[in-house]
Amino acid sequence: MKEQILDKLTILAESAKYDVSCASSGTSRKNRPGMVGSASGWGICHSFSADGRCISLLKVMLSNNCIYDCAYCINRRSNDVRRATFTVEELVELTMGFYRRNYIEGLFLSSGVVRNPDYTMERMVRVVEKLRTEHRFNGYIHLKGIPGASRELIERAGLYADRMSVNIEIPTEQNLKRLAPEKDYRSVYEPMSYIQQGLLQSAEDGRRFRHAPRFTPAGQSTQMIVGATDESDRDILQLSSALYGRPGMRRVYYSGYVPVNAYDPRLPALKQAPLVRENRLYQADWLMRFYGFRVDEIVDEASPQLDLEVDPKLAWALRHPEVFPVDINRAEYELILRVPGIGVKSATMIVAARRNGQLTAAALKKMGVVMKKAQYFITCRELTMPGVQELRPEYVRRLLISPAGRKGADANQLSLFFPE
Amino acid sequence: MRIFRYDKSFEGLLTAVFDAYARKTFPDKLLGPDDPLPLFVTECHQVVTDSAKADRVWRGVYARSSREVCHMLSCVWLSEMPACEELLLRYLRKVFDGSPAVVTDFSDPDVLAVKKLADKVMREREYMLMFVRFQQAADGTFFAPVNPRYNVLPLVVRHFSDRFADQRWLIYDVGRRYGYYYEQGRATEITLTGTETQIPEKLTEAQMADEERLFQQLWKNYFEAIAIRERINPTLQRRNMPRRFWRYLTEKQ
Ligand code: SF4
Repeated sequence: MKEQILDKLTILAESAKYDVSCASSGTSRKNRPGMVGSASGWGICHSFSADGRCISLLKVMLSNNCIYDCAYCINRRSNDVRRATFTVEELVELTMGFYRRNYIEGLFLSSGVVRNPDYTMERMVRVVEKLRTEHRFNGYIHLKGIPGASRELIERAGLYADRMSVNIEIPTEQNLKRLAPEKDYRSVYEPMSYIQQGLLQSAEDGRRFRHAPRFTPAGQSTQMIVGATDESDRDILQLSSALYGRPGMRRVYYSGYVPVNAYDPRLPALKQAPLVRENRLYQADWLMRFYGFRVDEIVDEASPQLDLEVDPKLAWALRHPEVFPVDINRAEYELILRVPGIGVKSATMIVAARRNGQLTAAALKKMGVVMKKAQYFITCRELTMPGVQELRPEYVRRLLISPAGRKGADANQLSLFFPE
Repeated sequence: MRIFRYDKSFEGLLTAVFDAYARKTFPDKLLGPDDPLPLFVTECHQVVTDSAKADRVWRGVYARSSREVCHMLSCVWLSEMPACEELLLRYLRKVFDGSPAVVTDFSDPDVLAVKKLADKVMREREYMLMFVRFQQAADGTFFAPVNPRYNVLPLVVRHFSDRFADQRWLIYDVGRRYGYYYEQGRATEITLTGTETQIPEKLTEAQMADEERLFQQLWKNYFEAIAIRERINPTLQRRNMPRRFWRYLTEKQ
């Protein structure tokens, strides 16, 4: 059994790794008596793989056998890859063993479609059921909803999972059908809405009965592949924005297309995954979720693509010089948050600190404001730099484009992840 | 120069603050029991640690600030930085003598320094939550040697007691030579005796539980398999997971 399980784990982790949603965030739960584990509100990363990404969950597939043939997927049935399938017991043992050693926060389980969607979903549900009931596992569980799975199975799954996700994968249905002929939006949106209904129902029950079972307390998420098809950033972000409007939709993930099936003529020839674009989409997403930006402030008809050279917040500021300069000592929090170079943390500190007196440029710097950027957009005591209005946006832009940004779309080493 | 001598405990420091207010004189320098006296000493007061006095000071801080501030101050103390005791002393004076808003006045260098140092300590704490790796010993205990930059074990006991409530575990600070042993709902501070020799990073085959080797191998395999080769980025990996932790990481051995 030993050699075999080592092999299976390698195969089924390799197959799962292109799925991006690693975060285990969203549930805060103390240990309950007699149970193993807890979930802390934001996911803890336990390691970082050679590509620098966070390893928080044991992310594996139950099986990489699949009856479908999606063009963008390494596990499509027409590919000649090594195949493996875990037994329910193996996967449960593995999760518990990893968890007890503090390797992971929990399990992220997906699967290829074996036989049919319900057959697959049922086995996945058995894994999480066993973990929760037999092993009293109280850690984090993210469960993939298989497109086309029935309501009954999704409802059972939701009782054990912290979060579920059904991936949209391709931002328009027409392109999805072109690349994944066996799928359509219905097979994705149906399970999505079962989850949503389960969530709303349990919230409702929770108001009425004290011990109503919780249904996916960390909500649901989804993922889109970026760069495999020709949608614009505007198409993508509008879809995200609409999805965030649904109750319980917590995260949309963007996955720069990794050309795993270069031979397929339906896919663009890429040398490398569009990492900068992916990063810009995450930044834009971040602005919508935490900075109060509307999607049409970030991308619009005139500029449907995100600027690859500057982050979307700076790009917005450069398009709107009339808003600046912002007076650090007077302006409202929301406006301060819009200044390039000021993040949520420093904005909060500014608003707290200025009650004690006028803030100087030196004080701002100490609070973590990136003055190199912010100086063109603010006034405060003792700062009389010419601002974006006098210098003109084009000029400020040239001053602020980092040498790495100038290299353009394919720079691999990203430094700044979230815009400040 | 006015000197206060104290026993280098947190309670001692709080007692020193109590004494300073009672005597209406504040020390220019705090010294431990064995520190040599500087050249020009005008006055040297010996602080006798008194938990009742310390308690009164601590309550006073709490009443004049908040839980968060108290927590920050504990973190600053646990940083064990050489300058931290005098920083704390200055900060406490500001809390007692200044306006209640002083704790958010980040243009004040001491207020900012306290926050920054506390943030660093909390960051180190988080590293422990991330990078502690248990190895199961033959007797069933889960053992994790660590070597944090600051003295953060007291800040993580709750988390691990909560998470691994039904297993016996030991997290041991190799550099500071103490650790916490947890069993059945109780964590106890312990020091391993007979360990003048180094604490091992890794249990030997004979010390391990049956399945331990297999799980370590599984984890290593997983760690390798999950990396996307097209996106290898060692700089990012090192920034997220500084090298100084690698020594104790199963997947990096
Ligand atoms: S259904 Fe999933 S596993 Fe199967 S080919 Fe499509 S994307 Fe890959």
